[in-house]
Amino acid sequence: MLEYLWIVPLLPLLGAAVNGLFGAKWPNKIVNGVAIGSTGLSFLCALKAVREFFESGQVLFHKEFLTWIAAGNFRVGFDLLMDQLTVVMVLVVTGVGWLIHIYATGYMAQEGGYYRFFSYLNLFMFFMLILVLAANYVLLFVGWEGVGLSSYLLIGFYFLRKSASDAGKKAFIVNRIGDFGFMLGMFLLFRAFHTLDFQAIFTSSTLQGWPVELSGHPGTLTFACLLIFTGACGKSAQLPLYVWLPDAMEGPTPVSALIHAATMVTAGVYVVARSHILFAHAPTAMLVVAIVGCATAFFAATIGLVQTDIKKVLAYSTVSQLGYMFLACGVGAFSAGIFHLMTHAFFKALLFLAAGSVIHAVGGEQDMNRMGGLSKKIRWTYLAMLTATLAIAGFPPFAGFFSKDSILLSAFQNGGHSAGYALYGFGLATALLTSFYMFRLIFLTFHGKQRYDEHKVHVHESPRTMLVPLMILAVLSIIGGWLAAPAMLGTGPDYFTKFLQPVFGGSEAAGPEGEVRALELTLAGIAVITALIGVTVAFWLYLKGPGKADILAKSMRGVYTALLNKYYVDEFYAAMIVKPLLWISTNVLWKAADVAGIDGAVNGIAAGTTAIGDGVRHTQSGNTRSYAVWVVVGALVVMAVIFFWPFGGKPVLGMLR
Amino acid sequence: MVPTNYYVILSAILFGLGLFAFIFKRNIITIFMSIELMLNAVNLAFVAFSQALGRLDGQVFVLFVIVVAAAEAAVGLGIIILIARSRQTLNVERVNLLKL
Repeated sequence: MLEYLWIVPLLPLLGAAVNGLFGAKWPNKIVNGVAIGSTGLSFLCALKAVREFFESGQVLFHKEFLTWIAAGNFRVGFDLLMDQLTVVMVLVVTGVGWLIHIYATGYMAQEGGYYRFFSYLNLFMFFMLILVLAANYVLLFVGWEGVGLSSYLLIGFYFLRKSASDAGKKAFIVNRIGDFGFMLGMFLLFRAFHTLDFQAIFTSSTLQGWPVELSGHPGTLTFACLLIFTGACGKSAQLPLYVWLPDAMEGPTPVSALIHAATMVTAGVYVVARSHILFAHAPTAMLVVAIVGCATAFFAATIGLVQTDIKKVLAYSTVSQLGYMFLACGVGAFSAGIFHLMTHAFFKALLFLAAGSVIHAVGGEQDMNRMGGLSKKIRWTYLAMLTATLAIAGFPPFAGFFSKDSILLSAFQNGGHSAGYALYGFGLATALLTSFYMFRLIFLTFHGKQRYDEHKVHVHESPRTMLVPLMILAVLSIIGGWLAAPAMLGTGPDYFTKFLQPVFGGSEAAGPEGEVRALELTLAGIAVITALIGVTVAFWLYLKGPGKADILAKSMRGVYTALLNKYYVDEFYAAMIVKPLLWISTNVLWKAADVAGIDGAVNGIAAGTTAIGDGVRHTQSGNTRSYAVWVVVGALVVMAVIFFWPFGGKPVLGMLR
Repeated sequence: MVPTNYYVILSAILFGLGLFAFIFKRNIITIFMSIELMLNAVNLAFVAFSQALGRLDGQVFVLFVIVVAAAEAAVGLGIIILIARSRQTLNVERVNLLKL
């Protein structure tokens, strides 16, 4: 199977093509079969390939399947790569993706465009697998753009709703800004290394001999890394390009779970982790990554505090958690970042799917102010949601506890002293906010008085196709973090870090062994206490005294409105960027350049031709005698040319001699 | 022996007269005749040069011109008759539309 690795991404593409071309007339069952079958088979093939990879014992599998671009020494091919990092990504993408496909068959059962939805979803799987399996930057970029396309299609799935199609466009355009940076970064790398193949760059002698660029003296690598990070910022919704992700919640909930929480948005983290050798040579870029990640984590968490739309809370939570992953990468703890990526994929997919189940139960309502007291009615959904919440808030022994803890520890240790403490401080504050807003969501949705109209809304538990994926993900959200547990308990190594050792070995900054465990336990204790404080505050504000939250909001009106309006960032962008761009596009590019310039030139030529024709038309008077004059004039001109042509004309009269 | 100059000058005068009539006359038959006059003026020049140069090319050309002129006369007179029938006039000023 390893030799036929291309089957793994190809199966979802086939599914997308079959459903997209023929699915319109088929009943839902056949569409289900194709969609779930293709992704499930892809998952099995991926499992088989991974097993063969480990059995063969190689550190890295790299195979060239087809040449795509060949120009001189430059070659880009459909080359696939498999190492430990790819293994994690491929299994998360296919595994979680498959579960979400199954869930979606239940969730979307009543929707129109059923085949279209699954066709897009399979297309997304194809591009995402290309992205994580690619062995060079160009092929990775193909997947990168492809997931952007399918994200656009799926956000705008309800395209009759203007807000949905606008959100799709917003996501696409904001991503384009990041992609531009990514492309510039690729060009810079090509200039420096004359290749874009991962292995060729990372093991090239040029890079080996490249000095680590001192902070404050940015060189080629720093700029290349920063530009690639710009692309990652767009795709992974980091400051200042995060604005598209909350709006992307316009899409159906399974899409939010798969694309905008578990897989696509982590592509940026993956790229940074994949390029870790480059980043290791550019400490300035690393610092920028850490600061941006930390700032985003905190910033998005504060907005999440006051949102009332259940999916918006989760969206800001996603932005915040992605910030954690970048923070980890920025301080050199790439495996911790990827670890959090994996656990986050489990619990955030679970959160979204459970939220979808809640929305399904209350008949499409998303406002938490009109829910409440649902815990008894939809018990399974409640249990799943609670598991995921405990995981994201960082309570042991749930998955999020281990991954978040290892990130905070790395920030504390590796960030450089004062910077490290600041990063740690903000990370811890974010953990507090996270546990607060997540339990606020739980309390508002599942506890307290019911605030929906019982006569209108018939609350019902979701069908089994939706609950089974929830249960599987819930189990994963609990045990997913245990790979790192032995290190915490002092009985063995951190299996996840050890697993990724062959990939990140060179770039990971390792702390001193002995005192680490004591420090780790202390920090873990602090993190748990922080999370408990968050829960307590949420409990006190939203369950004990239901009016207290409003009183608090009134007493801090300025802060509250700023948060509720998301710091007015969208308005700021609209005024600073969108409006001027629209003005320039309308008045300069459209009216001046296009209408006056280009259209003017074309129309001018046409009008000139018409005018000339109109003038010449009068020679054709229909009057025979004027034609006679023209004949004579023509003859005279011919004779004049013959006799008086200056450039070596033949003297016709010379014949006379 | 009449010098070649005289023939050529006579030919030019005849050609000029033909040209003048071709431009300024209104009657279509007169215009037609002026064309014949120009052709014959040229014929005269051809013959004169043929004589002067002692070569037969000019005379052969004259025969060609006569043949063409005969054909032209046949076609042209046919057209003139048709015009006269349909327009009831021979004035070219009144014949300025293709449509009847």
